[in-house]
Amino acid sequence: MTKIKTLADLKKMKEEVRSKITLREQGDNPEDRVQVKVAMATCGIASGAKDVMDFMVGAFNKRGIDAVVTQTGCMGYCYAEPTVEVTVPGKEPVVFGYVDVKKADEIIEKYIKKGILLEGIIPVNYQTIE
Amino acid sequence: MSNYKMHLLVCSGTGCHASESDQLLINLQNEIALRDLADDVQVIGTGCFGFCEKGPIVKVIPDNTFYTEVKSADVTEIVAEHVIKGRKVERLLYKDPVTKEHVTDSKHMGFYQKQLRIALRNCGFINPENIDEYIGRDGYAALGKVLLEMTPEEAIKEVMDSGLRGRGGGGFPTGLKWQITREVQADQKYVVCNADEGDPGAFMDRSILEGDPHSVLEAMAICGYCIGASKGLVYIRAEYPLAIERLKTAIKQSIEYGLLGDDILGSGFNFDIELRYGAGAFVCGEETALIHSMEGERGEPTFKPPFPSVSGYLGKPTNVNNVETFANIPVIFNKGAKWFSGIGTEKSKGTKVFALAGKINNVGLIEVPMGTTLREVIFEIGGGIKGGKKFKAVQTGGPSGGCLTEKHLDTPIDFDNLLASGSMMGSGGMIVMDEDDCMVAVAKFFLSFTVDESCGKCTPCRIGNKRLYEMLEAITKGKATVEDLDKMQNLSNVIKDTSLCGLGQTSPNPVLSTMNNFYDEYLAHVVDHKCPSSQCKDLLRYEVIEENCVGCTACARNCPVNCISGERRQVHYIDQSLCIKCGECFERCKFDAIAVN
Amino acid sequence: MNKIKVNIDNTIVEVDPGTTILQAARQIDIDIPTLCYMHLGDMGIEHKPGGCRICVVEVKGRRNLAPACATECTEGMEIETHNIRVLNARKTVMELILSDHPSECLLCAKAGNCDLQTTAIKMGIREIPYQGEQSTYKEDTSPAIIRDMDKCIMCRRCETMCNEVQTVGVLSAINRGFMSVTAPAFERNLDHSECTYCGQCVAVCPTGALTEVDHTNQVIRHLADPNKVVVVQTAPAVRAALGEEFGLKPGTLVTGKLVAALRRLGFDYVFDTDFAADLTIMEEGTELLERLNKYLSGDKDVKLPMLTSCCPGWVNFFEYHFPDMLDIPSTARSPQQMFGAIAKNYFAEKINVKRENLVVVSIMPCVAKKYECTREEFSVNGNPDVDFALSTRELANLIKRANINFNKLNDEDFDRPLGESTGAGVIFGATGGVIEAAIRTAYEVQTGKKLEKVDFEQLRGLEGIRSAKVDFDGLELSIGIAHGLGNARKLLDDIRQGKSQYHAIEIMACPGGCIGGGGQPLHHGDSSILKARQRAIYEEDANKPIRKSHENPYIIQLYEEYLGKPLGERSHQLLHTSYFDKSKKLIEIEE
Repeated sequence: MTKIKTLADLKKMKEEVRSKITLREQGDNPEDRVQVKVAMATCGIASGAKDVMDFMVGAFNKRGIDAVVTQTGCMGYCYAEPTVEVTVPGKEPVVFGYVDVKKADEIIEKYIKKGILLEGIIPVNYQTIE
Repeated sequence: MSNYKMHLLVCSGTGCHASESDQLLINLQNEIALRDLADDVQVIGTGCFGFCEKGPIVKVIPDNTFYTEVKSADVTEIVAEHVIKGRKVERLLYKDPVTKEHVTDSKHMGFYQKQLRIALRNCGFINPENIDEYIGRDGYAALGKVLLEMTPEEAIKEVMDSGLRGRGGGGFPTGLKWQITREVQADQKYVVCNADEGDPGAFMDRSILEGDPHSVLEAMAICGYCIGASKGLVYIRAEYPLAIERLKTAIKQSIEYGLLGDDILGSGFNFDIELRYGAGAFVCGEETALIHSMEGERGEPTFKPPFPSVSGYLGKPTNVNNVETFANIPVIFNKGAKWFSGIGTEKSKGTKVFALAGKINNVGLIEVPMGTTLREVIFEIGGGIKGGKKFKAVQTGGPSGGCLTEKHLDTPIDFDNLLASGSMMGSGGMIVMDEDDCMVAVAKFFLSFTVDESCGKCTPCRIGNKRLYEMLEAITKGKATVEDLDKMQNLSNVIKDTSLCGLGQTSPNPVLSTMNNFYDEYLAHVVDHKCPSSQCKDLLRYEVIEENCVGCTACARNCPVNCISGERRQVHYIDQSLCIKCGECFERCKFDAIAVN
Repeated sequence: MNKIKVNIDNTIVEVDPGTTILQAARQIDIDIPTLCYMHLGDMGIEHKPGGCRICVVEVKGRRNLAPACATECTEGMEIETHNIRVLNARKTVMELILSDHPSECLLCAKAGNCDLQTTAIKMGIREIPYQGEQSTYKEDTSPAIIRDMDKCIMCRRCETMCNEVQTVGVLSAINRGFMSVTAPAFERNLDHSECTYCGQCVAVCPTGALTEVDHTNQVIRHLADPNKVVVVQTAPAVRAALGEEFGLKPGTLVTGKLVAALRRLGFDYVFDTDFAADLTIMEEGTELLERLNKYLSGDKDVKLPMLTSCCPGWVNFFEYHFPDMLDIPSTARSPQQMFGAIAKNYFAEKINVKRENLVVVSIMPCVAKKYECTREEFSVNGNPDVDFALSTRELANLIKRANINFNKLNDEDFDRPLGESTGAGVIFGATGGVIEAAIRTAYEVQTGKKLEKVDFEQLRGLEGIRSAKVDFDGLELSIGIAHGLGNARKLLDDIRQGKSQYHAIEIMACPGGCIGGGGQPLHHGDSSILKARQRAIYEEDANKPIRKSHENPYIIQLYEEYLGKPLGERSHQLLHTSYFDKSKKLIEIEE
């Protein structure tokens, strides 16, 4: 890693990263990849998020789906852990609750591949700041 | 391959379920099938929208239409009008309570503005182990701005102007704390992040550290610059291994990027952060006890003054702030004090994170602007009480807080209002109780926690809380008198009045607030020897209902203490003097012949 | 500095910045009760943990009550020390303490001298409304100190003495909440710890939680045994403090009454440890000169400074903490043990009594002496040189039990030969006294000249560490003095690092020396009492006709008749000892 030595460096870096994230947020580009975020805070891990994440990474590889799986912090839906947010290019992010390996498989096969929504969607109930 | 053009999401949360949303779901599916739309429109049940008050809810994707209080009778109209003709059913749309106008897109609904994530802004959004993602979300921009464009005085003023108050429980103005620490002359000062989260059920600090560790590091560096410290310490409980790992990773990345260490961003300012591990003693959340623990001394508080700002870690001026407080700092600089102070109430600015727990549907972590009412938090965001039971009380502020009741539901939540209601903000635990909870038992539970966690240094907390606990136990066993209630009142007040630290000074709050709000329940235990919620085992009485008893002997055979007697086909009898109230007979009886009184 | 004005109970008082409410109130004779608070003014020790909460007062504008001991006055502060809120809180706190304290005052060693009892009486507590479980702990009996932690009120004065003052580090708070208590690590027994038995914890304990082992009943049994000759020796510091137990003003010398009382109690011979102190000077002084002269003549094997070795607490301390420096202290035994050895050999022979039938009792201001006389090297075939060491407090108790009206006793004189002493022996009781006594003799021996002025004011005082230069006719001797083991540690660390400039150092484990010993009447932290005792010691010295040890005629006789010469063969056998490395003892116990 190179050091960030000045404020200008930092700003430049931010713009670079931001453009990546913005792509992820809006996902207008049809060539863009599927983004999957697994909530990996203690509550998520305790209820099996690690297995889900491992499964999904493996499944995307095996099934030839161009997807990025990342971990993230607590989304706040502790009652429904493990939770997974899936952003299919061109669509709003959807959060699924109570995701186990079976459910993850369903998400890939039905929602990601075919666009069929599944039960167990958690409506986002907060605003966040930009 | 089917490719649906439209989705109808029906809320299947417990609240809506209670208002017959499952029937609605079936009706909608039938209607869609009937009109041969099953290939184009998918009807599914989802988790709770958190808006149970207006349930059942139907949401239409992709246009985000949000129908409230939908009945089975409305199904035909929704399908005919909206699905087929694309016209929204006006009368079912959510109506904004202020403008009285129908809201067509749920993104503009007030409900979704009830939660506002500032401290949790990046939690669940970025990868906490990747500093780039943090930087992409304005990370370290505040630090850069402060270091290169502001004097420490200007920066402190910004924090003061924001109105930010300590999120660890006390609510002390953060900017003022910084200023006091800045004004003390010393060759070395310290910034300490208090991550010794210990309230039962509270985990907001852990979630922030796990989900957005850099925001805390950035804030600590800003604080260091403001008060003149080059060293930061995070005191974190060893039971938080994941948070510790993520913090370590974050510190390493920040150092590699030069955002911690020497000459940060060419400003000449140096700042290092180290971790210190606590063994999980609750009292070590108290700042003087925390400092003693970091010094390797027994983790117990000392009298203030001197405050840590003057004489703290190793006798040097030390600024201690809580995780959530720090997490707010970068935002204040990025968006401005004015923006921040525009959120919240007159004296409590910004948002507060709460950990919702207990008998509530949506157990979880929420962040709301100060001034949100308990009702909004519990019934709208929290999705109401589990199983459609009746709300009884909510405990805020953990073991230091008090129980608030129905009459407090519309109180806007802020530091001062909660205190005035006999509770406190605390670190943000919120435990909801329903009609099945015995308030004496609740008080006993919290007090047992304090008794376990008292450091033992001062008399009122060491012995007083123990005695208070013993009296509560006597009440739940039906062995107390009305006189004891007066004694408890006095003892509680003295413990509050004379304890050395915040732990003792607040420990009787659960007792006092339940006594204030549920005195009848105490009286029922003491005078009638009855527990109205049937929770206190020792006050239960299992009796055979003679006319129902067929003499099957199931109860007698399963009684662990053999206190049930009776011949086969004869009415049985329970010897009360031997009964341990295990409830086994009640469970075993197939003839409803055992009564619990 | 600008004064601060505060209003206490409607009286305005002006105080210096930094003054606590407690101190300010005492300035105007408002006596706020305290329990955990302890102030040893001249030693710079102020223990104010703010733990007991008995001293709470109401400060206007403050949400809760403030502990007077720990709250500093601020300008314009308005304080009420006895309104209903304060009185109720204070009473409730006291009731809570009593609810977790055994109500067995009648049987308690501290009864009548217990801060908890006194305060409870003052507050008029008649019942304990908050009954419940009591915290109980195993009782711990060591050779010198008994810990009965059921009676501990967590004032933690002992912890301050053990850690901050003495730096012994044995007692500290363990456990949490209701079961917290001060104890050695892992709640081991004291004799499995590095405890030096200095007894400073006992001296400051406000209750009966820490007491000395009581030997009075054994002594009474021996006194009643017609086959036994019972000899008693009394340490110098006892005479300056015993009177306090009988209501006499601190600093009242009761030497003559003490002798009379001991005789009435039935001791066959009433002797004086001061005699043995003179003997100590002969041995230790000679040793110092020998080492000094060898050193001056360039002998590199000789270690300086030489340290005194009269104090058993101190001996324990260096055996545990400085085992690498066991060759530095003088090999001379303490006066108590020198006396025991001389009594059971020289004197027993002289009066023709068999060793087994001679019982030596010592009256000591000390609890470590109880331990010292059990040390194996100070016994012959299982028979100890000193059989029992009673504290000053235990003696007072014996006198009271024997129906003796102490204050009305006529003065009597010690028996000969072991009762004759000089002023040099007397001042052993105060810090700096041993080294002053040693110099009086060493000067004359070394220079061959008569010492005109025997008072060395520069060696006296109550400062924790003192140093002085003494001119030995052109040879400048550098003297160090430390009392309190914490101060001793500082000097020892210097020696270890080769930084010490002293030729000789006197060390006493207890603050103030033996006058402040762990076996003395409780001074409850009042350092003016220590000062009065110190004055009394020097007064007795000044009144003595002989003030140099080597001029004591019976000492001269002892050497002529029995010992030969200082550091001679018999002396070596009876009056000197060696030290042990105890640093590994605990590890052995562990295994």
